[in-house]
Amino acid sequence: MSSVARAWREFPGKYNLEGTKCGNCGTIFFPKRDFCPKCRREGIGKMQKYKVRREGEVFSFSIIHDAPPCNSALKPYAVAMVRAKDGVMISGQLVDVELDKIAIGMPVRAVLRKLDEDGAAGVIHYGYKFVPA
Amino acid sequence: MKEVAIIGVGATKFGELWGSSFRNIGIEAGMRAIEDANLSGSEIDCLFIGNMSAGRFINQKHIDALIADYSGMATKNVPAIRVEAGGASGGVAFGQAVTAVASGMYNTVLLGGAEKMTDQNDAFINTAMDATADAEWETGMGLTLPSLYAMIARRVMHEGTATREEIASVAVNSHFHGALNPGAQFRKEISLDTVLRASPVADPLGMFDCAPITDGAAAVVLCPLDEAKKHTDSYVKVSAFAQGSDTLALSQRPDITSFGATVATSRKAYEMAGITPADISIAEIHDDFSIAGILALQDLGLYKKGCAGKAFLSGETKVGGGKVAVNTSGGLKARGYPIGASGVAQIVEISEQLRGKADKRQVANAKYGLAQSVGGTGSAVTVSIMEAV
Ligand SMILES: [Zn+2]
Repeated sequence: MSSVARAWREFPGKYNLEGTKCGNCGTIFFPKRDFCPKCRREGIGKMQKYKVRREGEVFSFSIIHDAPPCNSALKPYAVAMVRAKDGVMISGQLVDVELDKIAIGMPVRAVLRKLDEDGAAGVIHYGYKFVPA
Repeated sequence: MKEVAIIGVGATKFGELWGSSFRNIGIEAGMRAIEDANLSGSEIDCLFIGNMSAGRFINQKHIDALIADYSGMATKNVPAIRVEAGGASGGVAFGQAVTAVASGMYNTVLLGGAEKMTDQNDAFINTAMDATADAEWETGMGLTLPSLYAMIARRVMHEGTATREEIASVAVNSHFHGALNPGAQFRKEISLDTVLRASPVADPLGMFDCAPITDGAAAVVLCPLDEAKKHTDSYVKVSAFAQGSDTLALSQRPDITSFGATVATSRKAYEMAGITPADISIAEIHDDFSIAGILALQDLGLYKKGCAGKAFLSGETKVGGGKVAVNTSGGLKARGYPIGASGVAQIVEISEQLRGKADKRQVANAKYGLAQSVGGTGSAVTVSIMEAV
């Protein structure tokens, strides 16, 4: 993660949970896809913008103790796979929570937070994180 | 399609090889395989090499040219091809080499796998490993590769198909065999307690649930089966090779307690070999994380869901355990995990077993052996089946 353009391109997904919905079969995708892998040709040109529900529940989680350098100040920190209310699975950090209180099935919602900082390029990345609902 | 034989194998010791460079280990493994096949080297007409990250680890890209040059192949302008597929780099490279011989395009092919990791610090290496997951939507959001496997483990425990102790016993099994393998990085048995009490990496997984950082290389020589006898009496048949893909990000799968690519790929491989899982006596599986060992045995059809953990914990997976001997080489956990070399080292181990050359870890009367190599969280999987002749 280094260039400003690379981060900027993903703002709709990372800030607003914007994915896509197939106009042919109705399947929701997050992150967005350019065509539907189920419908293939029939779905081309029919993908619509779709904002994924920000509420969901924890499907699985882990507490990271061995963190990459960009997140070493956070450790230990929690990450989770969250099943949003419209069925889409999203992976992200889980914050504002006591680590030993996290459980599968726990209700959470997505909020916009600072993700990490790219020291070399001076770019601060923002995106969704989950908090207890 | 031609039938294919493995006529020579070789590997370096796996470990922290301070005194050896990438080119040293790559050449050492290749020389051993060529010598084992009773060849001079001039017979080789194509060279494949599995490698994940020399560009990052030793700042050398174009390692196909490097290996062709230092193995003497470049003087005859032998084609050299580098293959990268994350953790499955070696397995996929093996598939390319088999395909090259089977198609008739090339006749005598040398396949190498090599990775030089310990010139870099752990954090740098882990970041490269993390890059085999989805860099935008997984690691870019703060996840790590170990945390993805940890979430698989958590879900498996939640659904009740394996306990924490059963998951930990995958590492115990690999270390048991590593102690018997002179080429392994860790030649020491460990107890279940050691795994359970190790410092946490990504809870619930700890240090001993994760494969180490390793330098090493492995190589095999392939030729058409009907020409194998010309070179050696000690060869094995490649009965099947299959490869499959799955979504890059784990979150895109309907189920994370199974790798769909392993299921699909192994079914294809059994069919190609004309056998069933019950015919397999030895399996080298991709235990980059302990939990991956549980998934592997179940997805390969060697155990039913919920039974692989019990097999590891009871010791049934050990040499002489009575069923399939799993990771007799020590696996990625104890033999070591020089990423691009591991998929090739698995083939070396299966070949040694089927030729009766595995010494203290020899499995008796083995007819078929299987190797499974995995990239990322099951986004690329290869399954190879070898047969004793
Ligand atoms: Zn569709």
